[in-house]
Amino acid sequence: MAINWFKYSSPASFYFLAGKMVPFFSITAAVLCVAGLYIGFFVAPTDFQQGEAYRIIFIHVPAAWMSMFLYVVMAVWSGIGLAFNTRLSSMVATAIAPTGAMFTFLALWTGALWGKPMWGTWWVWDARLTSELILLFLYIGFMSLQAAIDDPRRADKAGAVIALVGVVNIPIIYFSVKWWNTLHQGASVSLTQSPKMATTMLTGMLIMSLACWMYAIAVTLIRTRVIILERERHTAWVGELQGAAR
Amino acid sequence: MIWGSVSEFLDMGGYGLYVWGSYLVTLICIAGEIILVSKRKRTLLEHLSLIHQSNKQEKTNETAS
Repeated sequence: MAINWFKYSSPASFYFLAGKMVPFFSITAAVLCVAGLYIGFFVAPTDFQQGEAYRIIFIHVPAAWMSMFLYVVMAVWSGIGLAFNTRLSSMVATAIAPTGAMFTFLALWTGALWGKPMWGTWWVWDARLTSELILLFLYIGFMSLQAAIDDPRRADKAGAVIALVGVVNIPIIYFSVKWWNTLHQGASVSLTQSPKMATTMLTGMLIMSLACWMYAIAVTLIRTRVIILERERHTAWVGELQGAAR
Repeated sequence: MIWGSVSEFLDMGGYGLYVWGSYLVTLICIAGEIILVSKRKRTLLEHLSLIHQSNKQEKTNETAS
């Protein structure tokens, strides 16, 4: 079966496709979140070193992963928009930014609340923490730059430049714990080593990550649809949509 | 079951403030994002339907005159 993928690069077709996908991702996110929290709070055992404080991991690690992952996705869509002049890809990038910024803030916030009891400080200018803070500023920079430019197509291009330049920060965040001596502990999950934590802890963390992923997709699709309507409000199909809604 | 009582669960082995502080702020952020995006959508749809109605009005006026 041949699927015409180009059909969905048109904002109008994507608007309807995204509308159909939102309920699926929202429900999956909610179910996974309940399951993940149940495992995290009622199945996973107490940590022998950190006591119950480690339970912050079930939100901290997923938030930190999402903050980096969403940035890469945002940069890729920005780049595609810049290279091929596709409107929809730039709209998706714009729609990802607020969610990415939120997850970055949460990674920093939960990190501070975890750092206080474990390290004795809310914040240190350590490589991991500092590069994650820079990520937050990159998201904020991307959003403010786009908001400051009236012409949406020019805003897309300017934002794409920031997003693409900022991508260099992602490997810095990821490898910071290896490259420098940091107070922050090493990677929680590694592909080459067997997990260092209890299986139930790992399961809970992975389920919560999937939940965050599904949530991010759902909210990004909703925001993309709003952006499509905002930008296409003068077109015939949006007019017809309004006519049908009456 | 790990927890003997509700208060033990809320206390989180003395780390209640940190654990619940993390989860509460996460909840607020996610709820806030959902509320903001739905509000943005609702305002936009209201705005669009106003424009649509005034366009229709204009068209009927034109045909009438």
